[in-house]
This record gives sequence, structure tokens and C-alpha cells, in this order.
Amino acid sequence: MAAGGGIDPIHQFHIAPIVELKPFGIDLSFTNSTLWMVIVLAVVSAIMIYGSSQRSVVPGRLQSLAEMAYEFVASTMTGVMGKDGLKFFPFVFSLFMFVLASNLLGLIPGSFTVTSQIIVTAALALLVICIVVIYGVVKHGSHFFGLFVPSGVPGWLLPFMVLIEAVSFLSRPVSLSLRLFGNMLAGHIALKVFGGFVVALLGSGAVLSYAIAPLPLLLAVALTALEVLVAVLQAYVFAILTCVYLNDALHPGH
Amino acid sequence: MDPVAAKFIGAGLASLGMGLAAIGVGTIFGNFLSGALRNPSAADGQFPRAFIGAALAEGLGIFAFVVALVLLFVV
Repeated sequence: MAAGGGIDPIHQFHIAPIVELKPFGIDLSFTNSTLWMVIVLAVVSAIMIYGSSQRSVVPGRLQSLAEMAYEFVASTMTGVMGKDGLKFFPFVFSLFMFVLASNLLGLIPGSFTVTSQIIVTAALALLVICIVVIYGVVKHGSHFFGLFVPSGVPGWLLPFMVLIEAVSFLSRPVSLSLRLFGNMLAGHIALKVFGGFVVALLGSGAVLSYAIAPLPLLLAVALTALEVLVAVLQAYVFAILTCVYLNDALHPGH
Repeated sequence: MDPVAAKFIGAGLASLGMGLAAIGVGTIFGNFLSGALRNPSAADGQFPRAFIGAALAEGLGIFAFVVALVLLFVV
């Protein structure tokens, strides 16, 4: 599928092994995806550890960055779940910082976007849903399944409502993972397609095409700005939907 | 019909869903803004809800996008 002058917009998502590791026929290679996950982890750890090591009353740049991230996630969590939701703070904060850092680092030209791989986002979403189900069942027992029985529904309608609620619950991990994956994929493909237009126009050799080649370049710059917004927004959406789902496990029953 | 042509037509039809999801997201933020301008003091508290609604509406558009991509690059 050569779009934009023979440049393959999908090629940037190609996973290439850096160190081949195949013990017992299981592929455990250290790939470029692994490398960028390690980089994301290192960046987040460096910001949080170094930012919280000073502990000055008047925070410096890095400390205010760490404090702002903390305050932002904590206020979002108390807004959705209330005070007792803060016991999930380490989990939601790690998710938010990982998704945010991998979205933003993926925007660096030539880098690899970890969250544009559906296996990564699906694993994160499954982790969220497993924690919701396990915590809900352990904490509330069969009361947790009251989640599927909305109150104030006439009896004849109840089976259908339970079915609809169950399907909507089961589709949560799918939509949670596909939303992040799709947004990242769409943005990076669009950037690559517009970059490909520039190359195709410059390569065609006609005088007119040299004149209009800057237009897709400007659009690519504008799209990059939009992608920064989308990267932050999707990390926020992922975190807040995690809070909403965890709230169902904390306070089930309508 | 030529199967390759049918594939591209299908991908084009699937991308209509993204435009429809855009209508949904626009409705949510438009109504949020009109409510927020009437009562600005209550706007901050409803900000996360607006984003949850927009994310849920946008997710369906993303499904359509994934269908288009699967048609283009996988099938």
C-alpha cells in the first residue's frame, strides 16, 4: 500500500529484534519496542526520583513537574472515586505516566511509539479490567455482580438490561485498548502520509511541485502540534476511564 | 466486482463512521461549552465527565478507523 510517493506509512510500526533471544522456541527477543519501553521507564523514573529527591519548599523545575503530575492524578482520582479511591493511586499514576511518556516520546522523529502496538494497550487494558474484577469480587463478593442489575427497571425488561450491561462491561477492555491504539496509529500514519507528500512533490521534478511542497510540510507541523495534544489527552482519558472502572469495583450497586 | 476495488470501497465506507463519531464528539463539547458559559462556576466540576463522554463517543469512531485499516493493510 504505497501512499504518498512510495513511502510505506505502516513501516514505522514494524518491530525489529535488536538482540535475538529464543530459548526453548519462545521468542523473547529484545526488540525496538522493548528498547523504547525501557527508555520510557527510565525517563519516568528519572523525572519522579530526581524530582522528589530535593524536597525543597520552593520547588525547582523538575520538582514542580513531578508535583504537578502527582497533584493532577490525585485530584482526578478523588473527583471520580472519592477519598478511598486513593488506595489505587500507585497503579493509576504508573499507568498514566507510562502512557503519557510513551505517547510523547513516540512523537520524536525516528522513535518508536510503544502505545501504537495493540498488544501493549490490550495488556494494559486487561490489567485494569482484571484488577477491577478481582478487587470487586474479593471485596464485595456476589454484591459486585449487582453492577449488572440496574435498579428501578421493570421485571420484564430486567433480563435484557442485564444482558446489555454484561456486554457493555465485557466490551470495556476492547474499547479501552482500541481507543489508545487507534489514536496513536491514526496520528502517526497521518504524519507519515503528509511527510510522504513532501518527498513525492520534491521528487517529481516539476517546477510547480517545488512551489506547493511547503504546504504539506506546514500541515505536518500543525499535525504534530495536534498530536502532542492528542498524546496528553489520550493518557488523561486512559487514566480517567481506569478511575471510572475502578470506581465500579469500589462502590458497586446502583 | 474486483475484490481489490471492493476492499478499497469498503475502507472508504468504514471511514464514514469516523465522521459520524466526529458529530457525536462535537455535540458533547458544544453542549458542554454552552452549559459552561451559562454557569461557569459549575464547569470545572463537569470537565472530566465531558471528557469521558467524548472518549466513549470517539472510541466508536476509532473502531470504524480500525475496520478501515484492517481492510487496507491486513485482509
